[in-house]
Amino acid sequence: MGSLLSACGINVKKKKVEEERHLRANDREFNLSFKYANNAIKTSKYNVFTFLPLNLFEQFQRLANAYFVFLLILQLIPQISSLSWFTTVVPLLLVLSITLAKDLSDDITRHKNDNHVNNRKVEVLINGDEKWMNVQVGDIVKLENNEFVTADLLLLSSSEPLNLIYIETAELDGLVSKPVNVNMNLSICYYCVRCEPPNNRLDKFTGTLTMRGETFALDNERILLRGCTLRNTEWCFGLVVFGGPDTKLMQNSGKSVFKRTSIDHLMNVLVMFIFGFLAFMCTILSIGNAIWEYQEGNSFITFLPRADGANASLSAFLTFWSYVIILNTVVPISLYVSVEILRLGNSYFIDWDRKMYHVKSDTPAQARTTTLNEELGQIKYIFSDKTGTLTQNIMTFNRCSINGKSYGKRKSRKIDFSWNSLADSKFCFHDHKLVEAVKSGSPEVRAFFRLLALCHTVMAEEKTEGLFYQAQSPDEGALVTAARNFGFVFRSRTPETISLVEMGVPTTYELLAVLDFNNVRKRMSVIVRSPEGKLTLFCKGADTIIYERLHPSSSKLMEVTTEHLNEYAGEGLRTLALAYKDLDEDEFEKWKERHHEASTSLEDREAKLDTIYEEIEKDLLLLGASAVEDKLQDGVPQTIEQLAKADIKIWVLTGDKQETAENIGYSCNMLREEMKEIFIVAANTAEEVREELLELLRTACMCQAVICCRVTPLQKAQVVELVKKHKKAVTLAIGDGANDVSMIKTAHIGVGISGQEGMQAVLSSDFSFAQFRYLQRLLLVHGRWSYLRMCKFLRYFFYKNFTFTFVHFWYGFFCGFSAQTVYDEWFITLYNLVYTALPVIGLSIFDQDVNDRWSFQYPQLYAPGQLNQYFSKMAFARILLHSCYSSLVLFFIPWAAMCDTVRDDGKDIADYQSFALLAQTCLLIAVSVQMGLDTYYWTAVNQFFLWGSLSVYFAVTFTMYSNGMYLIFTSSFPFIGTARNSLNQPNVWLTIFLTTILCILPVVAKRFLFIQLKPTINDKVRQAKAVPPPLPRKFPRRRISTRRSGYAFSHARGYGDLVTSGRFLRIPVKSRPALFPHTDTPVP
Amino acid sequence: MGKKQAGTGPLSRRPDNSAFKQQRLPAWSPSLTPQTVLPTFYILSLVCLLLGIWLLITVEYTYELKVDYTDAGTCEQCFNLRKHAIDSSTPCKCTVSFHVPKTFPRVSFQHDVVRLSARCLPQGDVFFYYGLRNFHQNLRRYMDSRDDAQMVGRKNNLKAPSSYCAPFDYDANGKPIAPCGAVANSMFNDSLTVMYNPTDGSKIQVPLYRKGIAWYTDKNVKFRNPPTNNTFSLQQAFEGTTRPLYWQRPVYELDDIDSNNNGFINDDLIVWMREAAFPNFKKLYGVLNRAQGPFTEGLPAGNYTLSINYNFPVEPFRGRKELVISMVTWFGGQNYFLPIAYLVTSGLILVTAVVLTTVFVKVGKKGKNMEE
Repeated sequence: MGSLLSACGINVKKKKVEEERHLRANDREFNLSFKYANNAIKTSKYNVFTFLPLNLFEQFQRLANAYFVFLLILQLIPQISSLSWFTTVVPLLLVLSITLAKDLSDDITRHKNDNHVNNRKVEVLINGDEKWMNVQVGDIVKLENNEFVTADLLLLSSSEPLNLIYIETAELDGLVSKPVNVNMNLSICYYCVRCEPPNNRLDKFTGTLTMRGETFALDNERILLRGCTLRNTEWCFGLVVFGGPDTKLMQNSGKSVFKRTSIDHLMNVLVMFIFGFLAFMCTILSIGNAIWEYQEGNSFITFLPRADGANASLSAFLTFWSYVIILNTVVPISLYVSVEILRLGNSYFIDWDRKMYHVKSDTPAQARTTTLNEELGQIKYIFSDKTGTLTQNIMTFNRCSINGKSYGKRKSRKIDFSWNSLADSKFCFHDHKLVEAVKSGSPEVRAFFRLLALCHTVMAEEKTEGLFYQAQSPDEGALVTAARNFGFVFRSRTPETISLVEMGVPTTYELLAVLDFNNVRKRMSVIVRSPEGKLTLFCKGADTIIYERLHPSSSKLMEVTTEHLNEYAGEGLRTLALAYKDLDEDEFEKWKERHHEASTSLEDREAKLDTIYEEIEKDLLLLGASAVEDKLQDGVPQTIEQLAKADIKIWVLTGDKQETAENIGYSCNMLREEMKEIFIVAANTAEEVREELLELLRTACMCQAVICCRVTPLQKAQVVELVKKHKKAVTLAIGDGANDVSMIKTAHIGVGISGQEGMQAVLSSDFSFAQFRYLQRLLLVHGRWSYLRMCKFLRYFFYKNFTFTFVHFWYGFFCGFSAQTVYDEWFITLYNLVYTALPVIGLSIFDQDVNDRWSFQYPQLYAPGQLNQYFSKMAFARILLHSCYSSLVLFFIPWAAMCDTVRDDGKDIADYQSFALLAQTCLLIAVSVQMGLDTYYWTAVNQFFLWGSLSVYFAVTFTMYSNGMYLIFTSSFPFIGTARNSLNQPNVWLTIFLTTILCILPVVAKRFLFIQLKPTINDKVRQAKAVPPPLPRKFPRRRISTRRSGYAFSHARGYGDLVTSGRFLRIPVKSRPALFPHTDTPVP
Repeated sequence: MGKKQAGTGPLSRRPDNSAFKQQRLPAWSPSLTPQTVLPTFYILSLVCLLLGIWLLITVEYTYELKVDYTDAGTCEQCFNLRKHAIDSSTPCKCTVSFHVPKTFPRVSFQHDVVRLSARCLPQGDVFFYYGLRNFHQNLRRYMDSRDDAQMVGRKNNLKAPSSYCAPFDYDANGKPIAPCGAVANSMFNDSLTVMYNPTDGSKIQVPLYRKGIAWYTDKNVKFRNPPTNNTFSLQQAFEGTTRPLYWQRPVYELDDIDSNNNGFINDDLIVWMREAAFPNFKKLYGVLNRAQGPFTEGLPAGNYTLSINYNFPVEPFRGRKELVISMVTWFGGQNYFLPIAYLVTSGLILVTAVVLTTVFVKVGKKGKNMEE
């Protein structure tokens, strides 16, 4: 034990903050001494006992609720209390209990999930089957096919050849392979591992493993993270490194950036303003009270003595707070709850939309964040990734140029590859000449396909259904598949060999070196020895790079090929130039030595290797060029055209080269021939991008479309940040890969495409769906509606509350500013909660100004959102004035009508209670009619809510004013009989009718005038009573007349090292973790 | 996590094709077209005009007479007397003469229009109100200063008035006040007698019903006396309580004529307790008893004298007191506001309608603005 301890270099001292993690395989006792978290997870926030206190504590930290409590305290002071306690308590309880219920159900779900996950079984080497939650750090677990990964594991071995394992991230259909190559004797299970403490970096892991006195470095490649599923791998063994809460998955969760919409920000400003306004009103009223008390109150003391020591100024002070209570409805506290409800509703509509459901992948759209809907209607800039978003990331081998001859024009029918038993049936090609050339044995053609079959890092997998390729980039897959169909079938590989079936003959090449691809080299080479013993270097890469390294004898061929390349590029194809070179045995041996030296050097290995590679990749002989079509996603050009019509600027941020990006730009309608000036921002560093962009920002923002190429993920985010900061516009970022995550998180709205590159983008996104083309529906339909609904809601909500409150203000001038309410206290309690709650929610969930087809037909309808037209400070000021007018009508008309009249039997009707009832009925009817005026889309639900609420009002009023209620709760319902005695009076109804007319008709007249004089596009569409427009027309695919050179290559480093290296713990450094999306899944 | 995996199969996650979920609920989408808006305006204008005329005619024939007696006639003396001491026990009587120019409420049906609505016109009842000006019954503290539970006759509450009544809950000796509170305390306590002076020089007292002037619900539900029976009188029921400070009589002796009108169910008390919404108000005092002539047809034109037991002080709050004699129609008392408001509204709507029509004809109809 002691020796092991020292071997592991363990410092037994315990530290509070874990600085380094030490663990020993299968030695629980030892590992437990560090008290590392076991594998039980707890995502739930509460338990039975802590739920109520904790949740309430959290809730009272919110400003709105705190404000309620403040009001409640004010109400408990008898001198101030102008309203009974229940006016505050009832809404507060309602708000609290809604939130409580929501949090409770969320937490129950979390508890269930936790239990489910914690009770999964896994085989632990020392204990047999064990529940997940009992798995400890240091255990070695055996995972079988289709099992979820238990914890963050250090991979030890797998059943598959080359020790590869395949994993699938949950909810991802595509298989992703994660290669590991370990040969480890499991009988010796005394590994000691030292590694970094738990952290949330998915792409980094550092540690060492000590085994039999030898120490090896560990990196991220060897770590299998919790949240993935093992696929197509019979079994694998892993050592638990981080368990439960320490796993990278858990460390990453719950740290999402909290996004707020611009309306949220505006609302906060407005609420602050309203607070100020409230203080202002209360000040005026309390000054009024001081004056009144001084002039009138003193003389009224006879009838209403003051409390001891009270005078006009104290009374004014108290009145201020009393009015704070009465006028508190001007600060719309229930606003926040209602806003959440309707956002949730609109999010559900996104989830439920069949038109955003992708049948092929069975993926519905998903609103992952439910608080951003209305911002979808305000997008000004879209930042899009290219690969996987605009394009399908499916490559098809379309054209090739071999030895100066161009093949692949689409003129004849599909080639039948049945002569080749190993052919991939999905592959199509249309040029029979090429088949003939292969069959006739043309050496260049054969060399071309041999190159394609040899020079790659694809893994082959022989299954019962046939041969499958695991390609790191789809271009490679396309090229190898092409070679396969033309008779050069790549069957399998070992670190030293590559097995082909060449025109039916099994051939094995000795793989001597892989000169792997990287972003700087832009090419890849292999050196192989053919069965005949011939040494050959095959190289493929970007045309310019290859051309630099060609032997002078190829110059003629080069010219012809260049022409072909231009042609292909003009068609928007991604091209590669192919070349080879026969090697001399001696020369190679020497090179190999130097190569070995470089590859084992510890410092600057990359650079040294590059130099070595450079040495041998010269004097190449050109074979030809291949052209791969990067297929666009369905409907991309149409979508982009639609969005452009909606005046949304689209920026494509891509890691691709300028030409490729430009090509894609043309092929998806972003760039058009008539756009003469194209500014291309191509820079290598963030600073340059920023500088250039700052210079060009004004220009760029005037542009219809901007394409940024060669940007790194970080730069993507920086570009978004830049636009966000300098343009103050609402931005949306859409992408599908891990390299888009930063951009998605930075933008106001992040959209993830649940596509081929894994789930990381989706997981950090706010909305997700399967196809780029759904974006137009998300924005033009859902976004527009959400924005419209939210704005209508806010406008109406503020209107009804201001109107309600201002009436109190006017009444102040008649009741000696004594903070007497106009309405019954119960009406004050229920007005927001019951009488007007449902209609406005109905309005803001169902309303549509025009239906979705019109939205598509006239993308211009989107503009009001971008210009903030429906809800802004200006609009708010108008609401304020409108409310002011309405409240004047709603107070002074009943006042004038009632102040000197009596019932038809001569009895009282000008009393306070009758007046209160009249004023509140007038108010409710006026705001309900206003609601009707604002409703564009009357569904049965709207009707039901509106009429229902009015009926409920009358029912509740009659009930509360009934004898029974009075006799039971005498002090709470003093309004007994008021409804019966005044609502049967004609003059009451005539007053209600008049106030309603006076409140509503000016609005109707104003709207009508605007429609006639200055109709918006919206009005025009609404007025046009024509049938819905036909479905969107088909866009002919544009031919690109100008030739542009376009080259494309997979931009990640391949598996070169991996496939050649047979040694332990030499894992390649990956530049693109996106291809291994094992890091980004949630606990299934 | 949290993803629903409802069932399996290739389309298992496809959303339902329901009208609700696809936001295709059948709906009515009205819009403000000229065809709907313009007729509405014209019709509403007409409706308001007709209503206005109808109401105006109705109100025109609703007579009302106000006699301000604050310091009129011989009341100036009393007015000055009541200036300071509120509970001065010195009685003060005064009289004010006034003239009724036309017979209340007989209507000479000169117009056909009026005859049409004749059925709605008054049957001949004449109502007597006392009016107060600048008396704020609507102050919050004033309105709160009452105890409904006491006045509904609960025994427990009778002797334990609510703290809201302070300082009118207990008297100086700690005796509970019934009815407690500022509202009851400040009850209007002038008594008014109207004498008809026919030309023959005689004086006939105008007979008034002093009961039946409160809401039915108030009289029967909201206000109740503490339980009494044959052996247990009202006075006994109120034993242990004292009268409000400003009252001359205890609550069980408010009406010395009708013993059933005493206690909390006294009509005058009930009427007073129904606080007015505004500082200027009138409250029903009595209804003309038309049982005997010359009042069978109403209140004949001629000279009248109003004699007042002047108790209620108005000088402190610079208020006025008045007697209001009024008749009522289906539309209530005389109230010119609504008819005039309807007529003005009608005019405004008409003007708006004309403007809108002009705009529509000049601009909208050509559809210039409607072009895409």
